[in-house]
This record gives sequence, C-alpha cells and structure tokens, in this order.
Amino acid sequence: MPPRSSRPRGEGRSLQHRVGRGYGRWAPPQPDAARLSAEDRRSRGGRGGGVAPGSGVRAGPRAAVAAAATTTVRAGFHREPRSTLAAALGAPTAVAAPAMGEEDYYLELCERPVQFEKANPVNCVFFDEANKQVFAVRSGGATGVVVKGPDDRNPISFRMDDKGEVKCIKFSLENKILAVQRTSKTVDFCNFIPDNSQLEYTQECKTKNANILGFCWTSSTEIVFITDQGIEFYQVLPEKRSLKLLKSHNLNVNWYMYCPESAVILLSTTVLENVLQPFHFRAGTMSKLPKFEIELPAAPKSTKPSLSERDIAMATVYGQLYVLFLRHHSRTSNSTGAEVVLYHLPREGACKKMHILKLNRTGKFALNVVDNLVVVHHQDTETSVIFDIKLRGEFDGSVTFHHPVLPARSIQPYQIPIAGPAAVTSQSPVPCKLYSSSWIVFQPDIIISASQGYLWNLQVKLEPIVNLLPDKGRLMDFLLQRKECKMVILSVCSQMLSESDRASLPVIATVFDKLNHEYKKYLDAEQSYAMAVEAGQSRSSPLLKRPVRTQAVLDQSDVYTHVLSAFVEKKEMPHKFVIAVLMEYIRSLNQFQIAVQHYLHELVIKTLVQHNLFYMLHQFLQYHVLSDSKPLACLLLSLESFYPPAHQLSLDMLKRLSTANDEIVEVLLSKHQVLAALRFIRGIGGHDNISARKFLDAAKQTEDNMLFYTIFRFFEQRNQRLRGSPNFTPGEHCEEHVAFFKQIFGDQALMRPTTF
Amino acid sequence: MAVAAAGAGSGPWATQEKQFPPALLSFFIYNPRFGPREGEEENKILFYHPNEVEKNEKIRNVGLCEAIVQFTRTFSPSKPAKSLHTQKNRQFFNEPEEHFWMVMVVRNPIIEKQSKDGKPVIEYQEEELLDKVYSSVLQQCYSMYKLFNGTFLKAMEDGGIELLKERLEKFFHRYLQTLHLQSCDLLDIFGGISFFPLDKMTYLKIQSFINRVEESLNIVKYTAFLYNDQLIWSGLEQDDMRILYKYLTTSLFPRHMEPELAGRDSPIRAEMPGNLQHYGRFLTGPLNLNDPDAKCRFPKIFVNTDDAYEELHLIVYKAMSAAVCFMIDASIQPTLDFCRRLDSVVGPQLTVLASDICEQFNINKRMSGSEKEPQFKFIYFNHMNLAEKSTVHMRKTPSVSLTSVHPDLMKILGDINSDFTRVDEDEEIIVKAMSDYWVVGKKSDRRELYVILNQKNANLIEVNEEVKKLCATQFNNIFFLD
Repeated sequence: MPPRSSRPRGEGRSLQHRVGRGYGRWAPPQPDAARLSAEDRRSRGGRGGGVAPGSGVRAGPRAAVAAAATTTVRAGFHREPRSTLAAALGAPTAVAAPAMGEEDYYLELCERPVQFEKANPVNCVFFDEANKQVFAVRSGGATGVVVKGPDDRNPISFRMDDKGEVKCIKFSLENKILAVQRTSKTVDFCNFIPDNSQLEYTQECKTKNANILGFCWTSSTEIVFITDQGIEFYQVLPEKRSLKLLKSHNLNVNWYMYCPESAVILLSTTVLENVLQPFHFRAGTMSKLPKFEIELPAAPKSTKPSLSERDIAMATVYGQLYVLFLRHHSRTSNSTGAEVVLYHLPREGACKKMHILKLNRTGKFALNVVDNLVVVHHQDTETSVIFDIKLRGEFDGSVTFHHPVLPARSIQPYQIPIAGPAAVTSQSPVPCKLYSSSWIVFQPDIIISASQGYLWNLQVKLEPIVNLLPDKGRLMDFLLQRKECKMVILSVCSQMLSESDRASLPVIATVFDKLNHEYKKYLDAEQSYAMAVEAGQSRSSPLLKRPVRTQAVLDQSDVYTHVLSAFVEKKEMPHKFVIAVLMEYIRSLNQFQIAVQHYLHELVIKTLVQHNLFYMLHQFLQYHVLSDSKPLACLLLSLESFYPPAHQLSLDMLKRLSTANDEIVEVLLSKHQVLAALRFIRGIGGHDNISARKFLDAAKQTEDNMLFYTIFRFFEQRNQRLRGSPNFTPGEHCEEHVAFFKQIFGDQALMRPTTF
Repeated sequence: MAVAAAGAGSGPWATQEKQFPPALLSFFIYNPRFGPREGEEENKILFYHPNEVEKNEKIRNVGLCEAIVQFTRTFSPSKPAKSLHTQKNRQFFNEPEEHFWMVMVVRNPIIEKQSKDGKPVIEYQEEELLDKVYSSVLQQCYSMYKLFNGTFLKAMEDGGIELLKERLEKFFHRYLQTLHLQSCDLLDIFGGISFFPLDKMTYLKIQSFINRVEESLNIVKYTAFLYNDQLIWSGLEQDDMRILYKYLTTSLFPRHMEPELAGRDSPIRAEMPGNLQHYGRFLTGPLNLNDPDAKCRFPKIFVNTDDAYEELHLIVYKAMSAAVCFMIDASIQPTLDFCRRLDSVVGPQLTVLASDICEQFNINKRMSGSEKEPQFKFIYFNHMNLAEKSTVHMRKTPSVSLTSVHPDLMKILGDINSDFTRVDEDEEIIVKAMSDYWVVGKKSDRRELYVILNQKNANLIEVNEEVKKLCATQFNNIFFLD
C-alpha cells in the first residue's frame, strides 16, 4: 500500500501535510517561565535566561507563559516554538481598552470555541497545528487522553500507559498513527488503524548524541524528526510496526518551525540564529530550498543580537508562503516603531523580502493571519490592527510599505458561554479577559487560552469596516479580497446610493469599476476554461481547473437584484441621479467588455419612460448604448402609443438582430403594411416559406382590393413557380380567399396555369 | 446683390446671359387685431423690412397679405394660404402665434439675356423657387426669434407692443442679413441635426462626463455636447435642440473658428486666455478669466415655451473640436467665480475627452477603410430623430452652404420631397436628369433618402441595383425597406 502522502497535491486538503510538531505543552508555571514571559521585548538581550543558542537545550520551560496568576487556574504554557509570538503577550495591562460601540469591533472570536480541560499539574495540554487538535493528557495518559479538533465535535478518547512525561504528542493525518515523544532520543508510535496491531513501537533518532527537538507529520505515514544536529525523514510502516529512514540532512539546528499548509519546515542555524534553512516535503521526497538570512536590527554593542523564534511566523497569504518577522523597535535606529517584515518563500527560487508592515508602536505583539489579512495584536493597548498586502502601499523599488488598513481596535468583547449541565445555568456569562497573557496564538488564526480551556478561531467582521474606511475605492479593494464579502459589498453599494449617504458619481464609478474588474476576471477565466475543455485539453492537462467563483464575483443579476432595482424605486431620488447611476454601471460594464443584460437596459428605459424622457431614450438607442435584444424591441413596440418613434426604433433593432425576421413580418402585418412585409421577406429570400393565408388575411383586412389583388397574384405566381400550378393546395387553407378573389375580380382574373 | 451671377451651371451660353439669384424683397410682421379701424392700419405693423419703405406702401402691402389670407380662408378655413406666386416674386405667409403673421417676399431668380438688338431682356423664373424650402426658412426665422426672445405673446405680457416691437427690431435687423436665400435647399426643409458617429464606449464616457459635470456644477439644468459641429448629446428636447443646433452650427461656431485655425503666432491666438493645462475656453461669456472685470454675460435662451417656458443662460464652452453647452436657469446669474470653477472642472476633462473622441474617430475611419470617392452623393433624413446626413453639402460657413451638385439637381430633390409629402405611404421615385445624372428618392417609415448618381449610360435596373448596394453599406443597421 503506497503511503497516503503520495496522493497528488491539491487533491486532498492540505491537512494531510499538517502532521504537526508543535505540541504546546501546558505545564505548571515555573519561575523562569514566568520571568521570561514578563520579559520586555525591548530588553531581549537577556532572552532565554542565558540559554546559549544552538546549545540544543530545547527542553524545559524556555518559552512558557504565565497564566493570569490566579490560584485556581495555575495554568502555564510550556511553549513550543510555534507559540513564541504569544509569549510576547506579557503581563496584562491594567488599562482597559476604551469603550467602543458594538459596531466598531472588526475582529471577533468564533462563537463556538473548542473547549478542553484546563491545564493543571495533572493535566497537560498540547496543540497540534497540523490537525488543529488539542490533546489533554491526564497523568501521562494513564487516566485518559482527550483529543478535540475544531471540525470534529466528537472528541477522541483513549488511554495509554504512563511511561514518563509526555513532551510532544500528535496524530498523523486522518488520525491514523499516534506519535508520542517522551525522551529526547526516541519517539513512540501507536497505530490507530483498525486491524493493525496497537502495540507501541519506538524509533530512536539516527544521529548519535543528537537530541530530538520535536517531530512533524508530513502525511498520514511520513514523519520528520528535527534534532539539534539535523533532520531525519521517515516513512512509518504501521503493519510492520517499524520506520524506514527515507532521507536525512545534517546541520546545526537552534530551533525549527513547521507550516503544515505548505509542508515547509524552517530550521534556524548559525550562532545568530538568523540564517533560515527551509525544507519542503512532498510525497516521500524532501527538498532543500535556498537558505536565507533575516536582517537583524542594530542592537547595542553590549547585547548580542540573535533571531528569536518568537519573532518568526510562517503563514500563507494570498496563496503564497511568507515568513513573517517581527522586527522590534530599535532605539539606535530612527524607526518609529516595530514592524513586521514579510519574506516571500516561493516554491522555487530564493526567498525575497517583499513587504514591511509599519506598526508605529512598540511593546508586545502577536500575529495571526485571517482571511489573507495579517492581524497584529498589541498587548499593551489591548488592540489589534490589520494589514492587507494587496492594498496599495508605498513601493520603494524593492519593498512595499504598508500601514494598518483601519484604526486599531480591540477584539470584540467575548462572554464565556456557560456550557455543561443545566444545574449551572443560573450562572451569568463571564466576560472573557482579552489579550490575556495566558493566550497563545498559533497560525493562521488560532488563539488558545490555556487557563480557561478554550481554543478560538479569530474572525474578521466586515460590516463594521464599512464605516471605518471612508475611502470607498480602498474599501472595495479591501472587501473584494475577503471570503464572505458579497452581502457586505452589496450593502455598501446600496448605501452609497441612498439619500442620506449618497456618494458622488466619480466614487460610484470607481466602485462599479472595481466590481466589474473582478467580475471580468472571472468571466475570462471561465471562458478560457470552456475553450480549453472544448479543445479537449481537459484530459491531457491536469492543471486545468474550473475557475472558482468567489464571493467577490458580483454579476449583473446580483447588482440588479440587491442594489439597482430597489434604488430606482425610490421616489425621493432625483431622476437625473438615477439615470446617471444606471448609465455609470452600464459604462463600467462596457469598459470591461462585459455584455450588458437586457434587464439593466429595461431598467433604464423604465426610468426614462416614467419621467417622459423619450428623447433621451431615443438618443441612447441611436448610439446603441442599450444593446439590441428581442425583449427590448418588444418593450419599445409597447411604447409606441406614448412615443411614436419607438416603432421605428423597434423595427431597426429587430432588423439588426437578424434573427427576428418573423417578428418584423408580424409587426408590419399588424400595421397593415402587407406589401412592405412581403417586400421585406422577399428581400431576405424567405418568401417561399411564408404562409399565404396570413398575408391574404392581412390584405383582406385592409379593404384595399387592389392590394388584395397584388398579394393574391404574388402567391399565384409563387405556386406556379414552386409547383407548376397557380392553384393553392388544400393545406394552405386559402379557399376563402380564392372565393373572395373570384367574387371581386371574377373567375377569369385567376391566373391560368402556364402551358409549356 | 448681383453677386452670384452665373452659378454652378455655367454653360457655353453663360457669356450671353446674367443670372440673378432669388433675393429678399421684404419681410414684415403684423397683427390685424392691433389696428382694426380705418386710419389705424399702421398700428398693425410690428416690424417691417426694409424700414425705408414709405408708410403707405407698408400699409398697402400688409393689407394685401391680410386680404389674401382672409380670402383664401373661405376655401380652406383650417389651412389658409401659405404662399402667393406672382411673376416677379413669391410671398410666404406664416402665422406662428395666433393673429401674428410673418410675411416674407422673395424675388424670383432673374435671367438677363441680350436680345438681338443688344438690349437686355429680363426673364423671371417663376417656377424655380420651392414653396416648402422658403416656408421652412420663414418658420425658422420665428423659431430663432423665439429661442432668444421667447414668444410674441410673452413680450406683449412683459412690456406691451412697444417691447415687442423693440425686440423684433433688434433681432430681425441683424438676423435678416444672415438669411442667404440663394443657397436655401432641401436641408432647410428638414432642419435636421447632424449626429457625430461614435462608438458606444466613447459615447458612454461622454455620458459619464456630462453627468459628473451636472453633479458638481449643480446649477446646470441641461447640457448638450457637440463634436466637429455635430451633435452627440442633447439634454434639451428635440425641437429646442433643433433650433439651438442651427444657431450653433451656422452662427456661433463659424464665428469662433478662426482662433483655432490661426497659426500660433497670430495675434488672434494671443488673445486667448493663456492656460497651459487644457484647451478649454468660453465661446459665450468671459473671454479672459484672469481679467477681474471680465463680463459674465451669456445669451439668454427660451425653451419648452409650450409648457414650462424656461429662460436659461447659454454657456458654450469649447476645447479643441468638442463643444459643450451648459444651460442654467436665468434666475441665477453666473459669476466670474462660477466661470472659473467651470473652467477648472470642465477644461481638463473636456480636453482629454476631445482627444479621445478624435482618436476613436480616426480608428473607426481607418477600420471602415479609406474608400474611394463613391459614384454617388446622398442626403438622408429621419423625421423621427431629425438625423440628417449629406454628402452633397460641403462644410457650412457663416455665409453660404455650399453644395457640390448643380442647383437643378437640388431642385429635383426638392420636387421629390414635395411629392413625398403628399402621401403617407412609403414610395420610391427615380428621375433621369440631364447629363447622365440619375436622382433617386426613397421614403420608408419616416425616413427619406435622396441619391444622386452619375453613371454613364446606366439604365433603370442598374440604378436600382446601385441604390440597393448603397443602402446595404450605408444603412444596414436600420430597417430601411428596399
């Protein structure tokens, strides 16, 4: 059976690569942990309490965070590297965030957090970033292990023998194999696959004298050991209860970081810890990517600079992997505050510094990535700011500088839900301490409160942003990149057309242009996909994928249904403005070469007709601003009694459509223009197939005998030409007309069959 | 007046004869109600040209017209006489407002021949003038007056007969000099509007521009947009635009053409306001915005006189070939500040737009191919939108509208048009004119097309085919029966 990880990329969710390493270990607070957590970032010189970089002494409470030091919840955090940034959240500040209206908060914690047993001396809690699972290990597993993920509401529970303190515990993808690290040399495995032996088996790291810093699952059966002397890539053979070394690489490692989404492991090397060596894992292969150096800010001579893992995060933003470096404010430089530097780590090629996010403040920070936005939490002020690297920034030739999209705001206040038995419902919800020092932040969007036993996903609320970002163009750029943007965008559109918040036409035009730019991109992708499918490339090219329609694609029917149809109904709107807006939308569609749907044109016509602006309508039609269509032509016909030229306009339109010849004949006949109808149909060569009866009926109705004679004779000649006889066949049902003809003109007037 | 002697049709015999084109003999306006009693006849006359005419003759002429109209009314109460044909001249009657009569007397064209004994013999060409053409000219006189002065009745209400007389005198004194009766033709009957052909996108850009300007300069009530003297957009109703268009293209624009055509160093150009950001300038209103004493006086126009009766200031602003008319309510006096704001808002945008239009126009022209000079010339008119297109007429100048065909052919066109007017139904008339010319008139659903073909030895069928081809290429996007 081939390893699961050999499945093609992109087929399954990338979760399979997320077999994480970073079990956060919750442990009782220890003195130096508390000290470390309270450590000010600005005096990082003493970081790590003298632990020499690269010394390999990774175990211990190096990155622990003291919880809110209450007596009951004595939860601390024995932090693995991934949680480093959370450590920046030191002691809570006494100053609460200023009171704000509900509508002002644009960040919130998810409503249904994952709840787990609080960390305490007997209960150790771990977090696996790959599977996003929280492990609660009681008494080393002897009294039970409970695993909870964000998606599965049914926790996995099992017991295991207490064979010593658990340092790290993670499931492989799909919860197939459990790996537990208890010593610094070995990792124990246990199969969770039915029909396989559940007896534990052990793997010792291959490198002599090496200490295992941790491990990461890269698929359901592939695992990477990171030691202080290199990395070892194994395949697990569960049926044989053994591991096979696939590849290994030797280098000195200070610390490591794993990004499960992209299956990249980042190793910190060198004395300054600032040379990062990425490895990429895929289907049994391990590839070394070009290493790169993080520029450290200038530091006073007395302190030795080094790169702390706490200041590094890895996340996927807009489909690209970035290494995020939190560069603290340096007193020696002129910078106005800390900044986040984004290094782009491409699949191929060298890592490149791309973006700098200006924080304009100093203190303790933590990072999240939500909906492709970089969220920076600032503990001192208990607020957060967001950055969107797709928004226009200041480009200096190599790097783009960004400022926060919005003013800093706190995460929306959160009430801890009262769960559990009905007996405790009398308790009122407890307000949750935000930006607590017991919070640990994981990528991309996870916040864990160890002391309270909650795991939240951070979410962005778009509605409040609408009022916080006055520049509508920028607001649109921002919203169009968000996942759940559709209804918000539509409400922005409605709002800018409302009486009270009416935007100026240039602004409205900008908004429409931005919408249609996105809409056109999708239409183009859709079209090239359709063409490729037609050309039969779908089988030969596996890369060919049907374009995904995101919520940012707002088509004409969306705008019509949710915005424009209600807008034109508003009586208080000056009609000039209504027409200007409709024309602006049509202009924008045209500018992006999007075919305008007839219902938009009908809206324009309706509005013009309502205000008796027929001459305007005429001019629009004259310049083909309102595209030709049968429904439109029919609408025009119906307007003839109010505006006689509509008849001509309608006929012109039908003519241009060139598929509406029957309609043209009908229109002419209804106007008793029998001869014109006949000449028209003859002109386009359709006169051999028309119904004689229809024309004779119409001719008879005119009560013009000569006209009737002419039409009758025309069809006699047609009969002669087609069938060799001027007589009508019974199928044509013209007996009545023949009789009428005879009655008026006499038998002898009938055409005689030509004899040859 | 004997200027245009020996017109386009100068044949070999032209040396022996002189031709004198039709000329305006007199033009007067009267209201029979104002002097019903004997001895008070003079009171009826509101305006009389030429003014030098002796009083009694004026009274006599007016009385004659009154009598003719009164007399013919017995035969046709609803449609009194429109014109009176005499050997020497022709009189045209028009009653634009109740009891107000306008009369125009035009002398027939004259041919002066040398008789054998060397004496000049004068021959009046009684059948040369077309009633419809000159009736239309007379109606236009009224429309133009009304555009700038409002109705007769309004003047009476505002200031009685004296005010009306004053306005008539002031207006017609100048206006009659600009009537060029010798070059009136079919186009005067149509009074059409030439529309600038434009692609949809550029048209929408213009729409967007107009809407934005109307939004930011919110006192603007109506806007009209022209390019190359051709209309692109009118916020005014059709009838008002028709006469405004006539004014712009035959009077205002020709007067302002020179500065653009003048060379860079010409003194005229130096007078233009020195603005480096854009090419916009006012055709009406202040000449120099930097002059603090510049007068912001704009012509007043009257529109929708049938119902709303609106009085507006007419601001005409031009950048390169693009001209925009902004019409604002007359109760608001535009200040110099407003003019400066308009200049700064409109000038740059209009400059860009004008070059966009020019570029698009050239692209379209290139795409349609540089066709050879076709074998035919045509005039097209659509009654529904007043769209007019002529390849017969050269560029209009303030003095004359030049045609590229013989006046006789123009007369045939006029005759065909008269025939079309008589019946409602669609029809087609083909005329063989002298010297290999064929003239074809087609009428289909309120559209008229006149084609002049010059093909040697062509027969009727070939001519018919040619016209079909023309329709297929030039008018393929409209429903035009062949």
